[in-house]
Amino acid sequence: MKRLHALRHLLISTCVLLGLWQLVIVITEVPPYILPAPRAVAEALIHQAPSLAHHAGITFTEILAGLVLGILLGLGTALALAFIPRLRRTLLPMLLISQVIPLFAIAPLLVLWLGYDMLSKVVMATLIIYFPVASTGYDGLRQTRQGWLDLAQTLGASPWRLLIHIQLPAALPSLASGMRMAATAAPIGAIIGEWAGASQGLGYLMLNANARMEIDLMFAALLVLVAFSLLLYFSIDALLRKLMPWHRDSLTRLN
Amino acid sequence: MRSLLLARRLTSDNIVSLGLTLNNARIDYAGHTLFRDLTARLDAGSWTALLGRSGCGKSSLLRLLAGLEMPDHHQLELHTDDGRPLVGRIAWMAQQDLLLPWRRVLDNLCLGDDLHRRPRNVARARELLSAVGLEGREHSWPDALSGGQRQRVALARTLYQEAPVVMMDEPFSAVDAITRLELHDLASRLLDGRTVLMVTHDPLEALRLADQLLVLRPDAREGYGAVLDRLPGLSPPRPVPLDTPALQQAQAELIARLRDPNEAFIPAAAEVNA
Repeated sequence: MKRLHALRHLLISTCVLLGLWQLVIVITEVPPYILPAPRAVAEALIHQAPSLAHHAGITFTEILAGLVLGILLGLGTALALAFIPRLRRTLLPMLLISQVIPLFAIAPLLVLWLGYDMLSKVVMATLIIYFPVASTGYDGLRQTRQGWLDLAQTLGASPWRLLIHIQLPAALPSLASGMRMAATAAPIGAIIGEWAGASQGLGYLMLNANARMEIDLMFAALLVLVAFSLLLYFSIDALLRKLMPWHRDSLTRLN
Repeated sequence: MRSLLLARRLTSDNIVSLGLTLNNARIDYAGHTLFRDLTARLDAGSWTALLGRSGCGKSSLLRLLAGLEMPDHHQLELHTDDGRPLVGRIAWMAQQDLLLPWRRVLDNLCLGDDLHRRPRNVARARELLSAVGLEGREHSWPDALSGGQRQRVALARTLYQEAPVVMMDEPFSAVDAITRLELHDLASRLLDGRTVLMVTHDPLEALRLADQLLVLRPDAREGYGAVLDRLPGLSPPRPVPLDTPALQQAQAELIARLRDPNEAFIPAAAEVNA
């Protein structure tokens, strides 16, 4: 029931946006090669569906691979930072540096080193996801309540069991916000990678369509990307809620 | 009535009483000596309340005895009556209930089993839950319980451990006054037979529950930190009923002692005057 309600709201806001879009075109009489009408974009979506599907498949694969790799690497880094104090001094500055280097700046380098294929884009997506996951994971692991650690100590917990039963679950809410951030950032990494140099993918398609003044196709590609990114975000959000049925967010939903 | 009988049976099984003697307890904190050369005796199966003004080191002393992480220099000679180490034979209860929000009530009770990968005794856990009046809440999330209910779950978890020694750091201070009195009855009954050391700020709580009171007060000598005074508890029953005349009298005296330890403690005052 709740879900249907949310869906209806989404539908209404989409209709309002489409209406505004059409209104701007009618009022300003902007030519279609600057801003195409919703109808033209819909036609492009339908006529170019096979091509869009092909390029979208490439980009989605890059995003998902980057997401999996980024989350695994980020989690690994968070664990290493939390439990190997000696690593902290070297790893923390590296983590920061990896984040302050603008991704746009290293995109051409990655393409040069790793080639025009999917690998360079996967690495881009991984890089952009890695930092939020690593830093929120580390924060979460570091901030386990002292009382819980005391309790576990009097119960005689081994470090491994302590991690599994107390520290990791305690870090989950913090980690979850990092993963949600990662889900919205991942598409950026893949698209930037494709702009820097690619022969397929939605980013490549958009750049190409732009150069050929096929703005309706560009919009269609953009729509597909947005739809996928939304789907990705909501899937990850739902998964995290499933993992934390005890968390406030989930509990208030039930009530 | 049924839960009373149940409680009696639950507390008597499997627990072997264990007395403790501590000597030469010392903690230095941030360059200052909190206390040194402290000596105390916790008789097997007795209830001891540890009192003192804020910041005098009560909780630190409790943590030291429980073998918990301490930031600064510390030392302790701890002897158990059976000569075996105390590690693994302590149940810990704090001011916060320390329930893990991702575990349902029953899973919180059995946390120790999961940490040691041993089978759970679900029947016993259920019995304890009904003994603390939470029958049927086995599968509730902790966040769905009230503060008093959560603290009762914490009490049940403490009992489930079957540890002969129970250390509590202001266990009932986060609940309202009436709930606290109810928890006193419950804890006193269920913890019968165990050696209990409880840090508290509440003189009434200490007098109702404890067989002996230890008061940590500043030493008149500079740099020595605090010393420990031992006072006998009131005569049974436990908890001491609220309308006992001696309770009011003892509470007034205890508060006076806590407020100005040097004046209320006659021998020390005499020394200073001499």
